[in-house]
Amino acid sequence: MTDLLLVSVLAVPALGALVVALLPAARDRAARIVATVFAAVTFVLTALLAVPRPARAGMPWSDVDVAWVPALAVRFHLGVDGISYPLVVLTGLLTLLCCAYTVWRVPGGGRGRILAALLLVLEVGILGTFLALDLVLFFLFFEVVLLPMYAVIAGWGGPERRRAARKFVLYTLFGSVLLLLGVFTVVVAAGTGDLVTLAGGAGLSRTVQYTAFALFAVAFAVKAPLWPLHTWLPDAHTEAPTVGSVILAGVLLKMGTYGLIRVGVGVAPLGAARAAPALGILAVAAILVGSLVCLRQTELKRLIAYSSVGHMGFVLLGIATLTVTGLQAALIGNVAHGIITGLLFFLAGAVKDRAHTGSLADLGGLRETAPRLAGLLGFAAIASLGLPGLAGFWGEAFAVVAAVERGGPLWLTCAVLAAAGGALTAAYFLRLLRRVTHGPATPAVTGLPGISRPEWLAWSPLVLLALAVGLVPALVLAAAADPVAALTGAVP
Amino acid sequence: MTQTVNHFALLPLYAAGGAALLVLVMELAFGRFVLPAGIAGGLATIGAAVALGLRPASTFCGPEHCSWVGGPQAAVVTVLFAALTVGVLMLSAPALRAGIAPPGEFCFLLICSMAGGVVIAYAGDLITLIVGLETLTLPLYVLVGLRRFAPRERVTTTGASAAVTFFLVSVISTAIALLGAALLFASTGVLYLAVLTGGTGPRAPLAAVGGTLLVVGFAFKVAAVPLHAWAPATYDGAPVPVAAYLSTASKLGGVVALAAIVQRLDTGPLVAVLAVLTMTVGNLVALRQTRTVRLLAWSSVAQAGYILAPLAVGSAGVPAAIAYAVFFVVLEFLAFAVVVAVRGRSRDGGELTDLRGVGLRNPWLGATLVLALAGLAGLPPGLSGLFAKVTIVAALINAGWGWLAGVVVLNAVIALAYYVRVSALLYTRPTTPGIAFAALPDQHPVPAEEPTAPAPTLSSPAAPPPGPASPAPPLAGDTPEATPAPAATGTVTGVLDPNLLEKATHPRVQVPRPVAAAIAVAATATIILGFAPQWIFDALLG
Repeated sequence: MTDLLLVSVLAVPALGALVVALLPAARDRAARIVATVFAAVTFVLTALLAVPRPARAGMPWSDVDVAWVPALAVRFHLGVDGISYPLVVLTGLLTLLCCAYTVWRVPGGGRGRILAALLLVLEVGILGTFLALDLVLFFLFFEVVLLPMYAVIAGWGGPERRRAARKFVLYTLFGSVLLLLGVFTVVVAAGTGDLVTLAGGAGLSRTVQYTAFALFAVAFAVKAPLWPLHTWLPDAHTEAPTVGSVILAGVLLKMGTYGLIRVGVGVAPLGAARAAPALGILAVAAILVGSLVCLRQTELKRLIAYSSVGHMGFVLLGIATLTVTGLQAALIGNVAHGIITGLLFFLAGAVKDRAHTGSLADLGGLRETAPRLAGLLGFAAIASLGLPGLAGFWGEAFAVVAAVERGGPLWLTCAVLAAAGGALTAAYFLRLLRRVTHGPATPAVTGLPGISRPEWLAWSPLVLLALAVGLVPALVLAAAADPVAALTGAVP
Repeated sequence: MTQTVNHFALLPLYAAGGAALLVLVMELAFGRFVLPAGIAGGLATIGAAVALGLRPASTFCGPEHCSWVGGPQAAVVTVLFAALTVGVLMLSAPALRAGIAPPGEFCFLLICSMAGGVVIAYAGDLITLIVGLETLTLPLYVLVGLRRFAPRERVTTTGASAAVTFFLVSVISTAIALLGAALLFASTGVLYLAVLTGGTGPRAPLAAVGGTLLVVGFAFKVAAVPLHAWAPATYDGAPVPVAAYLSTASKLGGVVALAAIVQRLDTGPLVAVLAVLTMTVGNLVALRQTRTVRLLAWSSVAQAGYILAPLAVGSAGVPAAIAYAVFFVVLEFLAFAVVVAVRGRSRDGGELTDLRGVGLRNPWLGATLVLALAGLAGLPPGLSGLFAKVTIVAALINAGWGWLAGVVVLNAVIALAYYVRVSALLYTRPTTPGIAFAALPDQHPVPAEEPTAPAPTLSSPAAPPPGPASPAPPLAGDTPEATPAPAATGTVTGVLDPNLLEKATHPRVQVPRPVAAAIAVAATATIILGFAPQWIFDALLG
């Protein structure tokens, strides 16, 4: 029963993508609605994954394990636990919202049903990455998202989309081939790719763990992205259509941070411990660089993209501390960033579609002409800058707390600098609000249409979640305590 | 001394040879039905190989070893050779029907080449191997240049010059390989592959030279850098189906021959150097190609590098190399098949820009080419390419050749750059600006107030521009993209929408039925192999 549930979480969107792509071109709108139905079913299925409970502590809640390619030691091993569950549900939700949004509005460039089908394929890849409990399978799903995301950016993006998409796909393929090397370094040394067996670096020598973690760290640092490997991100976000940006920022980047936790720290804890200071320094650099760049940005989507670099810096700082607090901060930071940045990109897309410009210089006085849109943008920006009571707060604050807990001059410095970065985050988001919502209305923002019903439908779940996770962080962390303790327990 | 011959073991060769004879007789007696006869012969060969694969047998045996050895790998390779031959015959069907080449000769030569492939697959000694390789290659010299020109067609010599290049290089490489075999035999006294050794004592250096020459000779056949220069020119000059055969079956023959050598002789460093050079140079040069077949040719040079990489490991890497070759030939064949379909009755592969918008006009062809190219790049949606890449990397890391695995994966990143470029081109809308046209006074007068209308539709009677062919010739891509309308006489009365113009000059391609069938079978095979790669490993290991 639970096996069926796990497999159908992947099978339903895959089938949906196939059905939607095969529907005749004349039925474009109907096809998009079908895609939304498939996404909705998938979302319900992902939510249901919480129902079965673990037979034993430390094991995944549900588990499918079938041999697939014995010659390459590949097993079709899926499972879900407290670390992956929130991300799985978030993926289901964001894909559903994006598909629904596509029914209402198709960005120029291509057929809407193909876009919807690609969103479903992306969902398969992302969900598979979060669910995979076999290293090689993890790698396979990690690769699945590359070309569909390329197609989304290159097919439905802005004027510079080809270059941005190519940059995205080459960068991320570079990351994932390093992952491939790391995966087989581990599989060959351990004789198995099973993440449950490998947890805690069982049976792997120090050298193998160092090598593997170095490869994993770079691979996931490209995906996350960690400064200085982030340069693909702003271009990709600026050019991607709204739904592409939402999926990219909301869940695709999480494959990097999730991978670092599950695969990096999980399989090679010795390597993680060795590399922690370097990761911490890079994370703080990412926070500071991201914030400083944001202060100078003049384009709405680019600014939000760079803010992602800063936020992912906080997540990586949490991971780098290798403490229970730090990892929990990373998990909640991941989810919060997915919710808030998803919302921010939806809003930025809405503003750009209406005003036909994303330039901060041309926008202004949105509060006068579109008070509701301005209000939502203000809410999302404030949530993103980490106001206590909203989702963004927990991840950032506790990443800093974890660094302080870790102690020692290095981590204290990191904590202080990260906190300063947090202040800068507030500065650039307030600047953003001042430029966009306040002041006299510019010609670009006059006569904007109000928020339509489909938009409310797509945005309200994210607004509510940002509040809910902010008020009750246990929503995300409730079940993560055991797996996180198991992960940190293996770190020397 | 008499030998007993196990005729059952020779069944695949009988099938292949019989097919060649059948084609010849058909051509002489009836002058038609050659294509069905060839295809039936290929299928019979597949059947014979499968039958032999289930009950492996050997023949032409000396006291200890045999010159004709049946085994799981031989069965897989034979099936592949025969399937590729059948596929190429189907791809050539429209061109043969149009009389581009004499069908009887074409089919006969191709089937002969297939027979050579069968010999390579079952070869148990060096001489049989080289004879097989020559039988595989010899008919191809002719096939590359075999071409009839229609009465008023411009006669080109590209095919002939490609054939001569191929012939010269191939003959030299055979001479080198034969010299290597002779040196090896002189120093060790062994010809049987099963007991091939590097020799001992004072003759070891001589044997090493022999082994090196053999590898170099065979490396010509797989177009390994720096012995590759013939390949792009030959592929581009040959008819596209023959280029498909060259880059799949012919390359497979070279790979099997190389695998037979490197797993017994210590040639690791040489093969490793060849592999690194081949993949890097192939990919870097492919980045700059503007012709479709040349791009595929250079990419297949790079792919040969990936195949060579696990061969550097020695016997441990052979199953991975053969498995990769299986995935590769299927994907490569698929890519070529789509190019054949897209080019229609054009004789060559054309420019890359001829592929522009194909995915929009023919969604299935576009999707199939994307499947093939993504697979060659080692990426989903087709899992077979991904598993191919994984196989290579796993084998290399397993053998402790991590650095070579690193080179392979970095090359995969370079390669993606051009695969993605081509794939994106398939879905690019025309960039040509709409052309201005004038209505001739005696035709349909256009009201003077209309010039601002941006896009009169082609279906409206006012639209057909006087110059450009309104009954669009079916030669996709060969028509000039925008024949300027003779606007000198009249005022500009409208601007033709570039999308409509593209539609008129680049109509939807009608894919001939045999080509469509070949594409469908190859695409299905790709998808099935992607989900069940274990079948290949099982089949190779028996």
